[in-house]
Amino acid sequence: MKPVKFDYHAPASLDEALALLRRYGGDAKILAGGQSLMPLLNFRLSRPAALVDLNRIPSLAYIEEHDGQVRFGAMTRQRMIEFSPLVARRLPLLREATKWVGHLPIRTRGTIGGSIAHADPSAEYPAVLTALDGEVVARGPKGERVVKAKDLFVTYLTTSLEPDEILVEVRLPATDAGAGFALEEFARRHGDFAIVAIAALVVPDGARCRAARLATAGAGPVPVRLRAAEQILERDGLTDAAIDAAAGRAAELVSPDSDIHASADYRRHLTAVLTRRALRRALRVAHG
Amino acid sequence: MADAVTVRLTVNGVEREGRCEPRKLLVDFLREDLGLTGTHVGCEHGICGACTILIDGEAARSCIMLAVQADGAELLTIEGLMRDGKLHPLQEAFREHHGLQCGFCTPGMLMTALDLLRTNPSPTEAEIREGISAVLCRCTGYHGIVRAVEAAARKMR
Ligand SMILES: Cc1cc2nc3c(=O)[nH]c(=O)nc-3n(C[C@H](O)[C@H](O)[C@H](O)COP(=O)(O)OP(=O)(O)OC[C@H]3O[C@@H](n4cnc5c(N)ncnc54)[C@H](O)[C@@H]3O)c2cc1C
Ligand code: FES
Ligand code: FES
Repeated sequence: MKPVKFDYHAPASLDEALALLRRYGGDAKILAGGQSLMPLLNFRLSRPAALVDLNRIPSLAYIEEHDGQVRFGAMTRQRMIEFSPLVARRLPLLREATKWVGHLPIRTRGTIGGSIAHADPSAEYPAVLTALDGEVVARGPKGERVVKAKDLFVTYLTTSLEPDEILVEVRLPATDAGAGFALEEFARRHGDFAIVAIAALVVPDGARCRAARLATAGAGPVPVRLRAAEQILERDGLTDAAIDAAAGRAAELVSPDSDIHASADYRRHLTAVLTRRALRRALRVAHG
Repeated sequence: MADAVTVRLTVNGVEREGRCEPRKLLVDFLREDLGLTGTHVGCEHGICGACTILIDGEAARSCIMLAVQADGAELLTIEGLMRDGKLHPLQEAFREHHGLQCGFCTPGMLMTALDLLRTNPSPTEAEIREGISAVLCRCTGYHGIVRAVEAAARKMR
Protein backbone atom coordinates (compact mmCIF):
# COMPACT_ATOMS: atom_id res chain seq x y z
CA MET A 1 0.00 0.00 0.00
CA LYS A 2 0.97 3.66 -0.13
CA PRO A 3 0.93 6.31 2.59
CA VAL A 4 -1.97 8.72 3.00
CA LYS A 5 -1.36 12.34 2.03
CA PHE A 6 0.70 14.38 4.43
CA ASP A 7 2.50 17.70 4.55
CA TYR A 8 6.21 17.16 4.24
CA HIS A 9 8.80 19.36 5.92
CA ALA A 10 12.56 18.94 5.91
CA PRO A 11 13.80 21.69 8.23
CA ALA A 12 17.47 22.66 8.15
CA SER A 13 17.71 23.28 11.89
CA LEU A 14 16.51 21.80 15.14
CA ASP A 15 14.73 25.02 16.13
CA GLU A 16 12.74 24.92 12.92
CA ALA A 17 11.89 21.27 13.53
CA LEU A 18 10.68 22.05 17.05
CA ALA A 19 8.56 24.94 15.75
CA LEU A 20 6.95 22.62 13.21
CA LEU A 21 6.12 20.03 15.86
CA ARG A 22 4.52 22.76 17.94
CA ARG A 23 2.59 24.04 14.93
CA TYR A 24 1.00 20.63 14.27
CA GLY A 25 0.32 20.04 17.97
CA GLY A 26 0.85 16.28 18.07
CA ASP A 27 -0.42 15.53 14.55
CA ALA A 28 3.08 15.52 13.02
CA LYS A 29 5.50 12.60 13.07
CA ILE A 30 9.27 12.89 13.20
CA LEU A 31 10.93 11.03 10.32
CA ALA A 32 14.42 9.75 11.09
CA GLY A 33 15.74 6.70 9.18
CA GLY A 34 12.19 5.72 8.27
CA GLN A 35 12.97 2.03 8.72
CA SER A 36 10.16 1.61 11.22
CA LEU A 37 7.96 4.60 10.42
CA MET A 38 7.78 4.16 6.63
CA PRO A 39 6.39 0.61 6.87
CA LEU A 40 3.72 1.93 9.25
CA LEU A 41 2.90 4.72 6.78
CA ASN A 42 2.80 2.32 3.84
CA PHE A 43 0.35 0.12 5.73
CA ARG A 44 -1.60 3.24 6.75
CA LEU A 45 -1.30 2.15 10.36
CA SER A 46 0.10 5.62 10.92
CA ARG A 47 -1.72 8.58 9.32
CA PRO A 48 0.03 11.75 10.45
CA ALA A 49 -0.99 15.17 9.11
CA ALA A 50 2.68 15.99 8.56
CA LEU A 51 6.16 14.54 8.56
CA VAL A 52 9.06 16.48 10.02
CA ASP A 53 12.10 14.94 8.37
CA LEU A 54 15.32 15.30 10.40
CA ASN A 55 17.55 14.07 7.56
CA ARG A 56 18.51 17.60 6.46
CA ILE A 57 19.92 18.58 9.86
CA PRO A 58 23.57 17.53 9.55
CA SER A 59 24.46 18.63 13.10
CA LEU A 60 22.40 15.70 14.45
CA ALA A 61 24.86 13.04 13.21
CA TYR A 62 28.10 12.58 15.17
CA ILE A 63 29.94 10.21 17.48
CA GLU A 64 32.24 11.72 20.09
CA GLU A 65 33.75 10.89 23.46
CA HIS A 66 33.17 13.31 26.29
CA ASP A 67 33.53 12.94 30.08
CA GLY A 68 33.83 9.14 29.89
CA GLN A 69 30.72 8.92 27.74
CA VAL A 70 30.34 8.14 24.08
CA ARG A 71 27.73 10.53 22.70
CA PHE A 72 25.75 10.01 19.53
CA GLY A 73 23.74 12.55 17.63
CA ALA A 74 20.22 11.13 17.26
CA MET A 75 20.56 10.91 13.45
CA THR A 76 23.76 8.88 13.57
CA ARG A 77 23.14 5.89 11.30
CA GLN A 78 23.42 2.38 12.67
CA ARG A 79 25.82 1.73 9.80
CA MET A 80 28.13 4.54 10.95
CA ILE A 81 28.13 3.00 14.43
CA GLU A 82 28.95 -0.44 13.01
CA PHE A 83 32.09 0.85 11.29
CA SER A 84 33.17 3.46 13.86
CA PRO A 85 36.67 2.81 15.31
CA LEU A 86 35.71 4.84 18.39
CA VAL A 87 32.70 2.61 19.04
CA ALA A 88 34.77 -0.54 18.43
CA ARG A 89 37.28 0.62 21.04
CA ARG A 90 35.11 2.31 23.63
CA LEU A 91 31.68 0.67 23.27
CA PRO A 92 32.27 -2.81 21.87
CA LEU A 93 28.91 -4.03 23.23
CA LEU A 94 27.07 -1.49 21.10
CA ARG A 95 29.08 -2.51 18.06
CA GLU A 96 28.17 -6.15 18.61
CA ALA A 97 24.51 -5.22 19.14
CA THR A 98 24.50 -3.25 15.89
CA LYS A 99 25.24 -6.33 13.84
CA TRP A 100 21.94 -7.77 15.11
CA VAL A 101 19.89 -4.77 13.97
CA GLY A 102 18.17 -5.83 10.76
CA HIS A 103 20.57 -6.02 7.83
CA LEU A 104 23.26 -3.77 6.40
CA PRO A 105 20.83 -2.03 3.96
CA ILE A 106 18.51 -1.30 6.91
CA ARG A 107 21.39 0.06 8.98
CA THR A 108 22.35 2.41 6.12
CA ARG A 109 19.28 4.52 6.97
CA GLY A 110 18.23 3.45 10.47
CA THR A 111 19.39 5.75 13.26
CA ILE A 112 20.26 5.28 16.92
CA GLY A 113 17.78 7.98 17.92
CA GLY A 114 14.99 6.42 15.89
CA SER A 115 15.64 2.97 17.26
CA ILE A 116 15.49 4.21 20.86
CA ALA A 117 12.54 6.60 20.33
CA HIS A 118 10.59 3.81 18.59
CA ALA A 119 10.99 1.70 21.77
CA ASP A 120 10.32 -1.67 20.22
CA PRO A 121 10.72 -4.03 23.20
CA SER A 122 12.53 -6.53 20.96
CA ALA A 123 15.09 -4.02 19.67
CA GLU A 124 18.75 -4.31 20.60
CA TYR A 125 19.70 -0.65 21.21
CA PRO A 126 17.17 -0.08 24.00
CA ALA A 127 18.56 -3.19 25.72
CA VAL A 128 22.11 -1.84 25.51
CA LEU A 129 20.99 1.59 26.74
CA THR A 130 19.31 -0.12 29.69
CA ALA A 131 22.20 -2.47 30.49
CA LEU A 132 24.76 0.34 30.48
CA ASP A 133 22.56 2.83 32.35
CA GLY A 134 22.75 5.24 29.45
CA GLU A 135 20.71 8.38 28.97
CA VAL A 136 19.21 10.47 26.21
CA VAL A 137 18.91 14.20 25.75
CA ALA A 138 15.50 15.47 24.66
CA ARG A 139 14.90 18.97 23.40
CA GLY A 140 11.46 20.57 23.56
CA PRO A 141 9.83 23.96 23.76
CA LYS A 142 11.12 24.42 27.32
CA GLY A 143 14.70 23.51 26.49
CA GLU A 144 16.74 20.37 27.05
CA ARG A 145 16.40 17.63 29.62
CA VAL A 146 18.32 14.43 30.25
CA VAL A 147 16.30 11.24 30.60
CA LYS A 148 17.84 8.11 32.12
CA ALA A 149 17.21 4.77 30.41
CA LYS A 150 15.15 3.54 33.36
CA ASP A 151 12.80 6.53 33.04
CA LEU A 152 12.54 6.42 29.26
CA PHE A 153 10.75 3.22 28.28
CA VAL A 154 7.10 3.21 29.37
CA THR A 155 5.58 0.27 27.50
CA TYR A 156 5.42 -1.23 23.99
CA LEU A 157 6.48 1.42 21.44
CA THR A 158 6.06 4.17 24.03
CA THR A 159 8.63 6.40 25.69
CA SER A 160 8.27 9.20 28.21
CA LEU A 161 9.18 11.78 25.54
CA GLU A 162 6.50 14.36 24.74
CA PRO A 163 5.16 14.67 21.18
CA ASP A 164 6.78 18.11 20.88
CA GLU A 165 10.17 16.86 22.07
CA ILE A 166 12.97 15.61 19.84
CA LEU A 167 15.50 13.09 21.06
CA VAL A 168 18.75 14.82 20.10
CA GLU A 169 21.52 12.78 21.73
CA VAL A 170 22.20 9.33 23.13
CA ARG A 171 24.88 8.94 25.81
CA LEU A 172 26.48 5.70 26.88
CA PRO A 173 29.28 5.28 29.43
CA ALA A 174 32.47 4.17 27.69
CA THR A 175 33.62 0.66 28.57
CA ASP A 176 36.81 0.18 30.59
CA ALA A 177 39.61 -1.84 29.06
CA GLY A 178 39.53 -5.33 30.56
CA ALA A 179 35.75 -5.55 30.58
CA GLY A 180 34.01 -8.41 28.79
CA PHE A 181 30.79 -8.03 26.82
CA ALA A 182 28.36 -10.10 24.78
CA LEU A 183 24.96 -9.82 23.19
CA GLU A 184 23.24 -13.16 22.81
CA GLU A 185 20.06 -13.30 20.79
CA PHE A 186 17.52 -15.80 19.60
CA ALA A 187 15.50 -14.86 16.50
CA ARG A 188 13.79 -17.02 13.88
CA ARG A 189 15.83 -15.64 11.01
CA HIS A 190 18.95 -13.54 10.91
CA GLY A 191 18.01 -9.87 10.89
CA ASP A 192 14.64 -10.35 12.55
CA PHE A 193 13.81 -8.61 15.77
CA ALA A 194 14.85 -10.68 18.80
CA ILE A 195 12.48 -13.13 20.39
CA VAL A 196 14.76 -12.64 23.37
CA ALA A 197 18.19 -11.03 23.54
CA ILE A 198 20.49 -10.44 26.51
CA ALA A 199 23.08 -7.69 26.64
CA ALA A 200 25.85 -8.38 29.15
CA LEU A 201 28.91 -6.55 30.40
CA VAL A 202 31.25 -7.81 33.15
CA VAL A 203 34.30 -6.23 34.72
CA PRO A 204 36.34 -9.04 36.29
CA ASP A 205 38.79 -8.26 39.07
CA GLY A 206 40.89 -11.36 39.67
CA ALA A 207 38.42 -14.03 40.77
CA ARG A 208 35.88 -11.39 41.69
CA CYS A 209 33.47 -9.33 39.62
CA ARG A 210 33.77 -5.58 40.04
CA ALA A 211 30.64 -4.86 38.05
CA ALA A 212 28.06 -6.78 36.05
CA ARG A 213 25.41 -5.32 33.75
CA LEU A 214 22.55 -7.28 32.25
CA ALA A 215 19.43 -6.28 30.34
CA THR A 216 16.85 -7.96 28.16
CA ALA A 217 15.13 -7.36 24.86
CA GLY A 218 11.94 -9.23 24.06
CA ALA A 219 11.21 -10.35 27.62
CA GLY A 220 8.43 -7.87 28.38
CA PRO A 221 6.92 -4.57 27.23
CA VAL A 222 10.16 -2.68 27.99
CA PRO A 223 13.82 -3.67 28.32
CA VAL A 224 14.45 -5.11 31.80
CA ARG A 225 17.60 -4.41 33.77
CA LEU A 226 18.42 -7.62 35.66
CA ARG A 227 19.88 -5.96 38.76
CA ALA A 228 19.29 -8.84 41.19
CA ALA A 229 21.11 -11.20 38.81
CA GLU A 230 23.99 -8.73 38.49
CA GLN A 231 24.24 -8.62 42.30
CA ILE A 232 24.78 -12.38 42.51
CA LEU A 233 27.85 -12.03 40.29
CA GLU A 234 29.13 -8.95 42.09
CA ARG A 235 28.84 -10.87 45.37
CA ASP A 236 30.01 -14.36 44.33
CA GLY A 237 32.34 -13.67 41.40
CA LEU A 238 32.16 -15.06 37.89
CA THR A 239 32.23 -18.75 38.78
CA ASP A 240 30.16 -21.29 36.84
CA ALA A 241 27.90 -21.68 39.87
CA ALA A 242 27.36 -17.94 40.19
CA ILE A 243 26.65 -17.62 36.47
CA ASP A 244 24.08 -20.43 36.71
CA ALA A 245 22.49 -18.77 39.72
CA ALA A 246 22.39 -15.41 37.94
CA ALA A 247 20.78 -17.01 34.88
CA GLY A 248 18.13 -18.66 37.05
CA ARG A 249 17.45 -15.38 38.83
CA ALA A 250 17.20 -13.56 35.48
CA ALA A 251 14.26 -15.75 34.45
CA GLU A 252 12.44 -14.80 37.67
CA LEU A 253 12.95 -11.09 37.06
CA VAL A 254 11.10 -10.88 33.75
CA SER A 255 7.36 -10.95 33.01
CA PRO A 256 7.13 -11.60 29.28
CA ASP A 257 3.87 -11.78 27.37
CA SER A 258 2.85 -14.47 24.89
CA ASP A 259 2.42 -13.44 21.28
CA ILE A 260 2.46 -15.05 17.84
CA HIS A 261 6.25 -15.36 17.97
CA ALA A 262 6.67 -17.14 21.31
CA SER A 263 4.89 -18.01 24.53
CA ALA A 264 5.68 -16.28 27.81
CA ASP A 265 7.15 -19.52 29.21
CA TYR A 266 9.45 -19.90 26.24
CA ARG A 267 10.67 -16.33 26.53
CA ARG A 268 11.36 -16.87 30.22
CA HIS A 269 13.29 -20.04 29.41
CA LEU A 270 15.28 -18.16 26.77
CA THR A 271 16.06 -15.42 29.27
CA ALA A 272 17.87 -17.94 31.49
CA VAL A 273 19.63 -19.72 28.62
CA LEU A 274 20.80 -16.54 26.91
CA THR A 275 21.88 -14.91 30.18
CA ARG A 276 24.11 -17.91 30.90
CA ARG A 277 25.54 -17.84 27.35
CA ALA A 278 26.08 -14.11 27.37
CA LEU A 279 27.89 -14.19 30.71
CA ARG A 280 30.11 -17.09 29.71
CA ARG A 281 31.09 -15.40 26.49
CA ALA A 282 31.56 -12.00 28.15
CA LEU A 283 33.95 -13.67 30.57
CA ARG A 284 35.91 -15.26 27.70
CA VAL A 285 36.09 -11.88 25.96
CA ALA A 286 37.42 -10.28 29.14
CA HIS A 287 40.13 -12.90 29.43
CA GLY A 288 40.69 -12.91 25.64
CA MET B 1 -1.09 17.24 -7.63
CA ALA B 2 -1.37 20.64 -6.03
CA ASP B 3 1.36 19.91 -3.53
CA ALA B 4 3.79 18.30 -5.96
CA VAL B 5 7.50 18.71 -5.30
CA THR B 6 10.40 18.67 -7.71
CA VAL B 7 12.98 15.96 -7.18
CA ARG B 8 16.40 16.30 -8.81
CA LEU B 9 18.90 13.51 -8.47
CA THR B 10 21.59 11.57 -10.29
CA VAL B 11 20.72 8.04 -11.33
CA ASN B 12 23.45 5.86 -12.81
CA GLY B 13 25.52 8.94 -13.60
CA VAL B 14 22.69 10.77 -15.38
CA GLU B 15 20.96 13.83 -13.92
CA ARG B 16 17.23 13.27 -13.71
CA GLU B 17 14.30 15.32 -12.54
CA GLY B 18 10.66 14.63 -11.80
CA ARG B 19 7.65 16.02 -10.00
CA CYS B 20 5.66 13.99 -7.53
CA GLU B 21 3.69 14.12 -4.31
CA PRO B 22 5.80 14.01 -1.14
CA ARG B 23 4.21 10.67 -0.26
CA LYS B 24 5.62 9.00 -3.36
CA LEU B 25 7.97 6.16 -2.51
CA LEU B 26 11.41 6.30 -4.08
CA VAL B 27 10.93 2.92 -5.76
CA ASP B 28 7.69 4.10 -7.40
CA PHE B 29 9.40 7.30 -8.53
CA LEU B 30 12.16 5.28 -10.18
CA ARG B 31 9.73 2.93 -11.89
CA GLU B 32 6.83 5.23 -12.76
CA ASP B 33 8.35 8.69 -13.16
CA LEU B 34 11.82 7.82 -14.44
CA GLY B 35 10.85 4.63 -16.28
CA LEU B 36 13.57 2.61 -14.54
CA THR B 37 11.67 -0.63 -13.95
CA GLY B 38 14.74 -2.75 -13.22
CA THR B 39 14.30 -2.10 -9.52
CA HIS B 40 11.53 -4.42 -8.31
CA VAL B 41 8.96 -3.79 -5.66
CA GLY B 42 7.72 -6.65 -3.53
CA CYS B 43 6.59 -6.21 0.03
CA GLU B 44 6.64 -2.40 0.31
CA HIS B 45 7.69 -2.58 3.95
CA GLY B 46 11.40 -3.20 4.01
CA ILE B 47 11.37 -6.97 4.48
CA CYS B 48 12.00 -8.62 1.10
CA GLY B 49 14.87 -6.50 -0.23
CA ALA B 50 13.74 -6.60 -3.89
CA CYS B 51 13.84 -2.79 -4.08
CA THR B 52 17.40 -2.41 -2.74
CA ILE B 53 19.51 0.19 -4.59
CA LEU B 54 22.65 2.14 -3.73
CA ILE B 55 22.01 5.60 -2.33
CA ASP B 56 25.18 7.69 -2.18
CA GLY B 57 27.13 4.47 -2.48
CA GLU B 58 25.34 2.46 0.21
CA ALA B 59 22.64 -0.17 -0.18
CA ALA B 60 19.22 0.85 1.09
CA ARG B 61 15.57 -0.03 0.56
CA SER B 62 13.85 2.27 -1.91
CA CYS B 63 10.35 1.26 -0.73
CA ILE B 64 10.77 2.78 2.72
CA MET B 65 12.26 6.05 1.59
CA LEU B 66 10.36 8.92 0.00
CA ALA B 67 11.39 10.18 -3.42
CA VAL B 68 11.60 13.70 -2.02
CA GLN B 69 14.19 12.50 0.49
CA ALA B 70 16.48 11.47 -2.38
CA ASP B 71 16.57 15.01 -3.78
CA GLY B 72 20.26 15.74 -4.46
CA ALA B 73 21.34 12.14 -3.96
CA GLU B 74 23.35 9.90 -6.22
CA LEU B 75 21.67 6.59 -6.94
CA LEU B 76 22.90 3.41 -8.54
CA THR B 77 20.24 0.98 -9.75
CA ILE B 78 20.51 -2.33 -11.53
CA GLU B 79 20.40 -0.51 -14.89
CA GLY B 80 23.71 1.15 -14.00
CA LEU B 81 25.64 -2.02 -13.25
CA MET B 82 26.77 -2.83 -16.80
CA ARG B 83 29.77 -0.88 -18.05
CA ASP B 84 30.61 -0.32 -21.74
CA GLY B 85 28.22 -3.03 -22.81
CA LYS B 86 29.81 -5.57 -20.48
CA LEU B 87 28.16 -7.30 -17.56
CA HIS B 88 29.44 -6.44 -14.08
CA PRO B 89 31.51 -9.28 -12.52
CA LEU B 90 28.63 -9.90 -10.12
CA GLN B 91 26.17 -10.27 -12.99
CA GLU B 92 28.58 -12.60 -14.79
CA ALA B 93 28.96 -14.69 -11.66
CA PHE B 94 25.19 -14.91 -11.07
CA ARG B 95 24.76 -16.16 -14.64
CA GLU B 96 27.65 -18.60 -14.32
CA HIS B 97 26.62 -20.07 -10.95
CA HIS B 98 22.85 -20.18 -11.29
CA GLY B 99 22.37 -17.28 -8.91
CA LEU B 100 18.88 -16.65 -10.29
CA GLN B 101 15.81 -18.40 -11.53
CA CYS B 102 12.76 -16.16 -11.91
CA GLY B 103 14.86 -13.04 -11.42
CA PHE B 104 12.47 -11.22 -9.14
CA CYS B 105 14.92 -10.87 -6.25
CA THR B 106 17.95 -10.45 -8.50
CA PRO B 107 18.22 -6.65 -8.79
CA GLY B 108 18.02 -6.27 -5.01
CA MET B 109 20.30 -9.25 -4.49
CA LEU B 110 22.96 -7.81 -6.81
CA MET B 111 22.90 -4.34 -5.26
CA THR B 112 23.05 -5.87 -1.77
CA ALA B 113 25.98 -8.09 -2.79
CA LEU B 114 27.77 -5.11 -4.33
CA ASP B 115 27.55 -3.19 -1.06
CA LEU B 116 28.63 -6.29 0.87
CA LEU B 117 31.75 -6.76 -1.29
CA ARG B 118 32.66 -3.09 -1.03
CA THR B 119 32.54 -3.15 2.77
CA ASN B 120 34.07 -6.63 2.99
CA PRO B 121 36.03 -7.64 -0.13
CA SER B 122 36.92 -11.11 1.21
CA PRO B 123 33.83 -12.37 3.01
CA THR B 124 33.65 -15.88 4.48
CA GLU B 125 30.76 -18.08 3.38
CA ALA B 126 29.00 -17.29 6.67
CA GLU B 127 29.43 -13.56 6.05
CA ILE B 128 28.03 -13.92 2.54
CA ARG B 129 25.02 -15.81 3.89
CA GLU B 130 24.48 -13.16 6.55
CA GLY B 131 24.86 -10.39 3.96
CA ILE B 132 22.41 -11.79 1.46
CA SER B 133 19.92 -12.67 4.20
CA ALA B 134 18.86 -9.05 3.64
CA VAL B 135 17.06 -10.21 0.47
CA LEU B 136 14.49 -12.97 0.18
CA CYS B 137 14.69 -15.38 -2.74
CA ARG B 138 11.83 -17.83 -3.22
CA CYS B 139 13.48 -19.79 -6.05
CA THR B 140 17.14 -20.65 -5.77
CA GLY B 141 17.56 -21.95 -2.23
CA TYR B 142 20.45 -19.47 -2.03
CA HIS B 143 23.31 -21.93 -2.74
CA GLY B 144 23.85 -20.63 -6.26
CA ILE B 145 23.76 -17.07 -4.99
CA VAL B 146 26.38 -17.80 -2.33
CA ARG B 147 28.65 -19.42 -4.92
CA ALA B 148 28.12 -16.51 -7.30
CA VAL B 149 29.06 -13.94 -4.66
CA GLU B 150 32.15 -16.00 -3.73
CA ALA B 151 33.20 -16.12 -7.37
CA ALA B 152 32.56 -12.41 -7.92
CA ALA B 153 34.55 -11.57 -4.80
CA ARG B 154 37.57 -13.39 -6.20
CA LYS B 155 37.26 -11.48 -9.48
CA MET B 156 36.68 -8.09 -7.90
CA ARG B 157 39.54 -8.17 -5.39
C1 LIG C 1 13.56 -5.48 7.60
C2 LIG C 1 13.82 -4.75 8.86
C3 LIG C 1 14.42 -5.40 9.92
C4 LIG C 1 14.68 -4.75 11.11
N1 LIG C 1 15.26 -5.45 12.12
C5 LIG C 1 15.54 -4.83 13.28
C6 LIG C 1 16.17 -5.53 14.35
O1 LIG C 1 16.49 -6.72 14.25
N2 LIG C 1 16.41 -4.85 15.49
C7 LIG C 1 16.08 -3.53 15.64
O2 LIG C 1 16.34 -2.96 16.68
N3 LIG C 1 15.49 -2.85 14.65
C8 LIG C 1 15.22 -3.46 13.48
N4 LIG C 1 14.60 -2.76 12.49
C9 LIG C 1 14.18 -1.37 12.74
C10 LIG C 1 15.31 -0.41 12.47
O3 LIG C 1 16.36 -0.58 13.38
C11 LIG C 1 14.81 1.03 12.58
O4 LIG C 1 15.76 1.78 11.94
C12 LIG C 1 14.61 1.61 13.94
O5 LIG C 1 13.78 0.85 14.75
C13 LIG C 1 13.96 3.00 13.84
O6 LIG C 1 14.93 3.90 13.52
P1 LIG C 1 14.73 4.92 12.33
O7 LIG C 1 15.86 5.87 12.40
O8 LIG C 1 14.54 4.18 11.08
O9 LIG C 1 13.42 5.69 12.80
P2 LIG C 1 12.05 6.02 12.07
O10 LIG C 1 11.48 4.80 11.46
O11 LIG C 1 12.22 7.21 11.22
O12 LIG C 1 11.20 6.44 13.34
C14 LIG C 1 10.71 5.50 14.27
C15 LIG C 1 9.85 6.20 15.33
O13 LIG C 1 10.65 7.00 16.20
C16 LIG C 1 10.29 8.37 16.12
N5 LIG C 1 11.56 9.12 16.11
C17 LIG C 1 12.60 8.91 15.26
N6 LIG C 1 13.62 9.72 15.57
C18 LIG C 1 13.23 10.47 16.63
C19 LIG C 1 13.87 11.49 17.41
N7 LIG C 1 15.13 11.88 17.15
N8 LIG C 1 13.17 12.04 18.42
C20 LIG C 1 11.91 11.63 18.69
N9 LIG C 1 11.26 10.67 18.01
C21 LIG C 1 11.91 10.09 16.97
C22 LIG C 1 9.51 8.52 14.83
O14 LIG C 1 8.61 9.57 14.88
C23 LIG C 1 8.83 7.16 14.73
O15 LIG C 1 7.68 7.14 15.53
C24 LIG C 1 14.32 -3.38 11.27
C25 LIG C 1 13.72 -2.70 10.22
C26 LIG C 1 13.45 -3.36 9.02
C27 LIG C 1 12.78 -2.63 7.91
S1 FES D 1 9.81 -3.98 -1.66
FE1 FES D 1 11.26 -2.91 -0.51
S2 FES D 1 11.94 -4.39 0.87
FE2 FES D 1 10.31 -5.41 -0.14
S1 FES E 1 15.26 -15.96 -8.37
FE1 FES E 1 13.14 -16.00 -8.03
S2 FES E 1 13.00 -14.97 -6.13
FE2 FES E 1 15.11 -15.19 -6.34
